[in-house]
Amino acid sequence: MSTATQLQAPADYWETEPHHHPEGASTNIGFWVYLMSDCLMFAVLFATYGVLHGNFAAGPGPKDLFDLELIALNTAMLLFSSITYGFAMIAAYKGRKQATLRWLGVTLFFGLCFLAIELYEFHHLIHVGAGPQRSAFLSAFFTLVGTHGLHVTFGSIWLVTLMVQVSKYGLHQANMRRLMCLSLFWHFLDLIWIGVFTFVYLMGMI
Amino acid sequence: MAIPANVETTFLLGRLNFQAIPKDPIVWVTFVGVVIGGLAMLYLLNKYKLWGYLWNEWFTSIDHKKIGIMYMVLGLIMFVRGFADAVMMRAQQAIAFNGSEGYLNAHHYDQIFTAHGVIMIFFVAMPFVTGLMNYLVPLQIGARDVSFPFLNNFSFWMTVGGAIIVMASLFVGEFAQTGWLAFPPLSGIAYSPYVGVDYYIWGLQVAGVGTTLSGINLMVTILKMRAPGMTMMKMPVFTWTAFCTNILIVASFPILTMTLILLTLDRYIGTNFFTNDLGGNPMMYINLIWIWGHPEVYILILPLFGVFSEITSTFSGKRLFGYTSMVYATICITVLSYLVWLHHFFTMGSGASVNSFFGITTMIISIPTGAKIFNWLFTMYHGRVRYDLPMMWVIAFMLTFVIGGMTGVLLAVPPADFVLHNSLFLIAHFHNVIIGGVLFGLFAAINFWWPKAFGFKLNVFWGKVSFWCWVIGFWVAFMPLYILGLMGVTRRMRVFDDPSLQIWFIIAAFGAFLIACGIGAMFVQFGISIWKRNEPEYRDETGDPWNARTLEWATSSPPPSYNFAFTPVIHGLDAWTDMKAAGAQRPKADYIPIHMPRYTGSGVIIAALCTVFGMAMIWYIWWLAIVSFIAIVAYSIYHTFNYDRDYYVTAEEVRAVEDARDRQLAQGA
Amino acid sequence: MRKLPRLARLAAFAPAIMALAACKMEVLKPSGDIAERQKDLLLTSTWLMLIIIIPVMALTIWFAWRYRASNRNATYKPDWDHSTKFELVIWAAPLLIIICLGALTWVGTHLLDPYRPLDRIAEGQPVPDQEPVRVEVVALDWKWLFIYPEQGIAMVNEMAVPTDREVEFSLTSTSVMNAFYIPAMAGMIYAMPGMETKLHGVFNNPGEYQGLASHYSGAGFSGMRFKAHAVDQAGFDAWVDEARASGANLDRAKFLELEAPSENVKPTPFAEVDPELFDRVVNMCVEEGKICMAEMMALDAQGGTGLAGTINMAQLTHDKETRRGVARPVFGSEPFMVTGFCTPADSLKMFADLRENAPTVRKDQTPMRGIALPRPENRLGIEMPRIIQDARRDNAAEPKL
Repeated sequence: MSTATQLQAPADYWETEPHHHPEGASTNIGFWVYLMSDCLMFAVLFATYGVLHGNFAAGPGPKDLFDLELIALNTAMLLFSSITYGFAMIAAYKGRKQATLRWLGVTLFFGLCFLAIELYEFHHLIHVGAGPQRSAFLSAFFTLVGTHGLHVTFGSIWLVTLMVQVSKYGLHQANMRRLMCLSLFWHFLDLIWIGVFTFVYLMGMI
Repeated sequence: MAIPANVETTFLLGRLNFQAIPKDPIVWVTFVGVVIGGLAMLYLLNKYKLWGYLWNEWFTSIDHKKIGIMYMVLGLIMFVRGFADAVMMRAQQAIAFNGSEGYLNAHHYDQIFTAHGVIMIFFVAMPFVTGLMNYLVPLQIGARDVSFPFLNNFSFWMTVGGAIIVMASLFVGEFAQTGWLAFPPLSGIAYSPYVGVDYYIWGLQVAGVGTTLSGINLMVTILKMRAPGMTMMKMPVFTWTAFCTNILIVASFPILTMTLILLTLDRYIGTNFFTNDLGGNPMMYINLIWIWGHPEVYILILPLFGVFSEITSTFSGKRLFGYTSMVYATICITVLSYLVWLHHFFTMGSGASVNSFFGITTMIISIPTGAKIFNWLFTMYHGRVRYDLPMMWVIAFMLTFVIGGMTGVLLAVPPADFVLHNSLFLIAHFHNVIIGGVLFGLFAAINFWWPKAFGFKLNVFWGKVSFWCWVIGFWVAFMPLYILGLMGVTRRMRVFDDPSLQIWFIIAAFGAFLIACGIGAMFVQFGISIWKRNEPEYRDETGDPWNARTLEWATSSPPPSYNFAFTPVIHGLDAWTDMKAAGAQRPKADYIPIHMPRYTGSGVIIAALCTVFGMAMIWYIWWLAIVSFIAIVAYSIYHTFNYDRDYYVTAEEVRAVEDARDRQLAQGA
Repeated sequence: MRKLPRLARLAAFAPAIMALAACKMEVLKPSGDIAERQKDLLLTSTWLMLIIIIPVMALTIWFAWRYRASNRNATYKPDWDHSTKFELVIWAAPLLIIICLGALTWVGTHLLDPYRPLDRIAEGQPVPDQEPVRVEVVALDWKWLFIYPEQGIAMVNEMAVPTDREVEFSLTSTSVMNAFYIPAMAGMIYAMPGMETKLHGVFNNPGEYQGLASHYSGAGFSGMRFKAHAVDQAGFDAWVDEARASGANLDRAKFLELEAPSENVKPTPFAEVDPELFDRVVNMCVEEGKICMAEMMALDAQGGTGLAGTINMAQLTHDKETRRGVARPVFGSEPFMVTGFCTPADSLKMFADLRENAPTVRKDQTPMRGIALPRPENRLGIEMPRIIQDARRDNAAEPKL
């Protein structure tokens, strides 16, 4: 039995018209794949936290350390920043450069607030003697939350860069693509934080 | 030899001081050799004014073909280093009997077996495989380049950066003495306080970033850049295996990266992930690293399965038997490779049910693998098999690999693993599959695609010498290890007290010598072929010297920078065979300008900065770490301000190249 | 030319040397029932796989020869690429082998699980009704310590056990991961710090066997070998008496001294051992004042010790110079340990609890052999449907023929 293909006319084997891959067509899916690989890194951290979350080494546990109200405020900051990023994207699609920049600025502000609160929390924990060295639980906690915080930091640097680029070069195709990628990144971080908030903070307190 | 117990840390140089220079005469001789060789090379580069050429045409190139070739060169260089380690180990084990300590002390020997494993996997097999995929995938799918050409260049230089870090450990400081996966607590700061493990971590991290990015890149390339008409089930088998490999890379290397980050935190700031005390759990590291490590094995072998498929069908002059089942077998292996990691530590005491689960999933992998072997067999069946060098390697592979597969399934039976784990039987097994599978496949691939990449064939005589030395050498070197394993001899031993074992180690050392001859013959083969490249017997005018079947043979050898002047249209599986059968000539008029990405030095620069950052972290030179880190971020931002990243090859230039090819074809005919 | 005869003589010797070496294949010619059965499984699996490997290799050679390009008599079908019949065979044949091998694996893994008490001493020889010989093994840097809790003695780098007696090893390590392996007796098992693993084995033939570390553990790894003596009961008693006569005492202080890295250590006997020692090693609290893992885990299970748990730490002095290196991460704090809360009375009770050896429970192996599989028990506590209950009752009521 043979499944050999039917042969075509010789001319059908080459495309003589200009074959155009739209510029940046792969970027979107490429960035998604990158985000999935990043997600896997967080998965490792979540799994690590899952294994170590009860190993207090006769030290303090989550109930002694976490201040849920502060964290709720923190969560609100990040969620707000996600909404305002959404507004920035809407403005960008409408081609309104100034509005886009304004909303990006607001997003940056909320992002920085989030980081400030997180730094305060870390400082407080280390100050009372519950640093990442004290127990495996604290190591896993600091690393998981800290890795997310580092992502937000780099997101913020990227945001500032993009604001400069948008204000300088306008909302052309390349910049729109970059805004889109950062948008994916920013919402992705939001999603990760929901996981952190639920699994680390909320479930730690019950 | 001794590890400095308490190293002074200075501001300017961190832990780096004169103590860090190894006192070992072997290292010194190597060092002098490298310096002389390096100076000679620099002199030649200067004399023939090659710097500009190398920088402009190669280092900053984002042409996937050139990057692919550079990956292969990197792999070849590191292969020499990794093999030198192997020879030293064989020599040590062959003489360290009857109270003799051999010629290597523990500090040196333990570094050698660690470096051998790390280099062979990360800096030989990985660059070879990545290089092959880089070179072939865009050609096979009829694309002009990969999806993210700049990223491709950057990935390559990150791999080089990692290799440089690992090589630096030879002359400054020490390498890890932990085994190639650096299990804690041994790799923790308490038991490995000096720079060895830090070299390991940063070398792998820098290279790992490159690997992950190139995985994303190639995966997206295959998804988005296929020529019109090429549906997933019309992709060449090599592209399919490359696709699955890159999925595995993207879905496993982040795990390695994160695991190493956790180990780094343990070592640098004193967290307790993998420590004995304070709630840490070393077993978690072993699980995590093997969740990466087992898919890694398939990352290495899958593309070579693709290579064997292409070669078998080409040299049998026949369509590949069971394409569909081949594809599904590949997918099965991809998925199953995540379900078997625990078979690397049955002896950790997980309990019978867990062990037998992982044992049986491991055996299940042998079903699709077996199906593949049968598919190659039935591709030869009713064929006209030509025994050129690539096909010889395929036959050697089939006969060698099944034995490795069998011993692998044997080790997957937990009670058998309890007596063979960590023994030389295990060593023989995985060398049997990695040399018999990955390396034999690579040699087949090199002999097969060399004419495509350079426009001339490889010398057959020296190729055959190399082939026989390798195949016989392999069996002479590793059969004794199977036997020693059955005598209960453990891996990583430096000295032995049972004199009756010695004969086997001497045989194995002789096998290593034969392999060395094989490597030597291979270099002679390359040299002679390059020397005589313009002789008609070597020259490939047609672009299709083997009467092959897939698209890469439809263009010239070597292909022009844009690969195809016009995009091919695919109607069936073996696109080029169809074209030849239908008498489809490539269009020779009405050339159109071709949109291509522009070369850039950014990849080299950022990767160099990352390498400096890694070195600064290894030696605790904090100011340099901070400066280089800021430089990485700043330069990356600077790079994003460059919007002018592509250009057009004009229609006239295309015409010039294509006309030249016509003349060449006419000459060959 | 003169060389030739010498070479010939050497060649004549080669088979002799090989035969000599071959009879030392301990894995294939073990002296203990467990290793024997592991070997049987190994060989059975090999034969099973050869059923498919040999035809594949033969076919490879045959096809490679038969369909060589120069053989114009062979059929040539360049477009032939599919055959449902062949496809079925090439997937089914390995599948069948793997099903057999899988069944073998499942049963073998359970029967030969190192944690499972023996169900026979040798073929056809049931386990006598007596407790196993208990040996506690500690992997140190770089030597093995064997503690015999019932005899109250200890030995470095040498062990002895009576033949045809079940031996139960409890293993741990003080520093890094290691693996304990006596090829002639049974498979290996990891010895890991802060954890206890188990291994059951038996020697059937008296003799002196090699024992070794089979997991790389650092510089002195190659020298981490010991002799395992399998002797009759009288010989074992004599061996114990000899150790007793040495007069040395292994208490906690002495153990900390012993723990310091050393290589190629000669066998060293101890006449007396602190009865708490092994448990303290497993619980990583040999040092004075350090919290035991058992206590730590009990506290953790209660949710930790609150903020007070940030001050119950003390400088870890022991690790400083005596072990393998400095343990200070560059940005971390000085190495510290958590101090214990237990009073001496608490500790005593805790160790007494830990020491209470549960009597060996031998598992029924009939289900593993596939004979008379028991009815599935209602483990989930779910009400069974009435029909099944009725059917079961009816079955039970039926008179046996």
